[in-house]
Amino acid sequence: MGTDFHTNTEGRKGISSWIFSTDHKRIGLLYLYSILGFFLTGVVIGLLMRLELIAPGKTIVSARTYDSLFTLHGIIMIFFFIIPGVPASLGNFLLPLQIGARDVAFPRINLLSWWLYMIAGITAISTIFLPGGPPDTGWTFYPPYSIRTPTNVSVAAFAAFIIGFSSILTGLNFITTIHRLRAPGMTWMRMPLFTWTLYSTAWVQILATPVIAITLLLLILERAFGTGFFDPSKGGDPLMFEHLFWIYSHPAVYVMILPAMGIISEIVPTFSRKTVFGYRAIVFSGLTIATLGYVVWGHHMFTSGMSDVSNMVFSFITFAVAVPSGIKVFNWIATMYKGSVEVKPPMLYAFAFIFLFSIGGLTGLINSAVATNIHIHGTFFIVAHFHYTMFGGAGFAFFAGLHYWFPKMTGRMYNFRASTVACITLFIGFNVLYFPMFLLGWQGMPRRYYDYPPEFHWNNLISTLGSWILAAGLLIMFTNLARALFKGEKAGNNPWDGTTLEWQTTSPPPHENFAEIPVVTQGPYSRKREGQETGDR
Amino acid sequence: MSDKVNETTLIILIICLALLGLVTFFMIFLAVRYRRKKNPDPEDISGSLPLEIAWTVIPTILVFIMFWYGWVNFKVMRTVPENAFNINVTARMWSWSFEYPDGFKTPTLMVPAGKPVNLDIISEDVLHSLFIPAFKIKEDAVPGMHTRLWFTAPSPGEYTIFCSEYCGQGHSSMLSKVIAMTEDEFAAWYQTRKDEATGRRAGEEASQVLKKHGCLDCHTTDGSALTGPSFKGIYGKKIMVISSGKERELTADEAYLRKSVLDPDSDIAKGYPDIMPSFKDEIPENELKDIINYIKELK
Repeated sequence: MGTDFHTNTEGRKGISSWIFSTDHKRIGLLYLYSILGFFLTGVVIGLLMRLELIAPGKTIVSARTYDSLFTLHGIIMIFFFIIPGVPASLGNFLLPLQIGARDVAFPRINLLSWWLYMIAGITAISTIFLPGGPPDTGWTFYPPYSIRTPTNVSVAAFAAFIIGFSSILTGLNFITTIHRLRAPGMTWMRMPLFTWTLYSTAWVQILATPVIAITLLLLILERAFGTGFFDPSKGGDPLMFEHLFWIYSHPAVYVMILPAMGIISEIVPTFSRKTVFGYRAIVFSGLTIATLGYVVWGHHMFTSGMSDVSNMVFSFITFAVAVPSGIKVFNWIATMYKGSVEVKPPMLYAFAFIFLFSIGGLTGLINSAVATNIHIHGTFFIVAHFHYTMFGGAGFAFFAGLHYWFPKMTGRMYNFRASTVACITLFIGFNVLYFPMFLLGWQGMPRRYYDYPPEFHWNNLISTLGSWILAAGLLIMFTNLARALFKGEKAGNNPWDGTTLEWQTTSPPPHENFAEIPVVTQGPYSRKREGQETGDR
Repeated sequence: MSDKVNETTLIILIICLALLGLVTFFMIFLAVRYRRKKNPDPEDISGSLPLEIAWTVIPTILVFIMFWYGWVNFKVMRTVPENAFNINVTARMWSWSFEYPDGFKTPTLMVPAGKPVNLDIISEDVLHSLFIPAFKIKEDAVPGMHTRLWFTAPSPGEYTIFCSEYCGQGHSSMLSKVIAMTEDEFAAWYQTRKDEATGRRAGEEASQVLKKHGCLDCHTTDGSALTGPSFKGIYGKKIMVISSGKERELTADEAYLRKSVLDPDSDIAKGYPDIMPSFKDEIPENELKDIINYIKELK
């Protein structure tokens, strides 16, 4: 003990001390770097798409290339960034620390998950170089088009199939860890909220992911052998694919957002120097979201030709799932009441999250009503909506978490002024980029459009300008963090005066996290501890 | 239709803006009011049951009001009036075809203004979606399954039709429009088209030639595909062909039509099997000319 996990290489040298390490912290960082790599790839593709749409007609690429760009953007951002984003990187690093464990329950399976992730990632990227080219179906792989196109749909679907196993194994690992390895005295109702959301998420990963795995396998079989599961000319049904696809892909939305909500639930109490408001309400709303999230998939299909009764039922449940999300937002805000609030960078990102996620969630209500959905379904309104929830929501929460735990992971601190500038630039760029898409969708511009009539030009132009502001914000943010990684000043063990267990150990934590496993005697955000340091940095 | 969508959206939008305003106001207000400089000593408040109940129950009521409006207005959008005029819609990569009760077809959707129109929609190939932004309605075109959509064009004029379900490279150019006419104009237009369709005035001779050579066993003149592409509308269209294993795009001009008859293996229309025999020495030059002229007319 004593040496932090960066210097303790478990007897391995160089790169193999990382890629063969079973230390959850090293694996968490491996995931973090690989996920950021995929994120930046997705960002570059997104910028190219926006550049193409800056004016009607052809700007930089052909229609065929554009179709592959939005497909790759979707596949990379969803399967390789936002689904594993928070749980596999921050979650892996923090879960054992937050519950006072030395590692996850199955460290070797944890490493296997990362390997599967990388194999899947490389498989997906390889479609760019294989004859036939990258898929051009959209990330949804809807048949019959996905059966007919000569592009590498099967390879991309297989990549998603592999990463599904990575996700299932991570979920399994986390559930077992939480059930078996909590520190003495850490009852369920003393668990940090981030851990709670990882727990709910893990169940969704285990139960829903097999559905997409089998669906994609059926698609691959259909492409290879013409089995006809989804092709009506062979007795199949394209709607069956849509159902199966969304039975996974809607719960997956909650895999993306729940851990993000968990991050915010950690940050707001810490920077309000106060216990969280309504701990139980936040826990149960998270569990409710995870449960109801399974039965709302049909709201992706209101115009698919599905029956009116199904439309009604799915609309009703979708509206219901909005309530627990609202409860979380209200509790975060109430946490600040009579607190001692300090808006340091993680808190600023959390504020940006609350505002952007609220817009994403509330526009979700417009989508949920069947009558209005009929107009905006399949348009840029939907694109705007899910970028507000996924990027403005999950993405900004990920940035918030990155800034919150950066000193814990690296032992160093970044420049506050630069991260504030970055956050504000990102916030402005984000809104300039995505808000015009609401207007475009309401005007009637369908998504996945390579070309568009002149009446959509202004909003597209503004949106593209926004993408450059956003890119500048990302550049400032990542430069600041990268600089801090090497040159940042020492952060200390508990720079934010946090109360959860990860702040009780050193920064960076030692190889097995704690010199002595702590004994938990009270709730995670209670400030009635003895000998608690209170000093500001 | 549009007013039902607008009404629902307005109600939801007002509630949403109110909630967003509240959340944002309290977030900023509390962060400023209880900032550390002014309030260094926090109070230990861990929750409030009445508040939790309030912000569970009130939003629940609000979302069910919104659901109700969305559902009731949707029901109106799904209940087809009995006097609706029926038109069959076929979607395919990447164009629309509208078939009227007397069997003739048009590439644009001609309707009488002020009268309900009911569309029976199907796709020939992949998923598409018929979207008329001006009326704020859409419905997917699914192969092997009939879907429906109805609307009333409020006044004469032209309204854009988009495809809103991604269907490949031509997705964003799969455009058409609704042309709404007054009822009298529509009746007159309809009668003319009906006469043309039943009278078959033009191209009688060439169609005999086509029959004689067996062309019509694989090709149709009405836009529907058999083993080979339809003659209808092919002239002047940009099409994808496979030329010695490679895909390329070309315009189906006179030279292409001629080549397709005499040397069909050189450019095979994409999506169709490579089975057409060459008609070199079988179709005399004068008949070939008639056929090409006939296809040119077949719009």
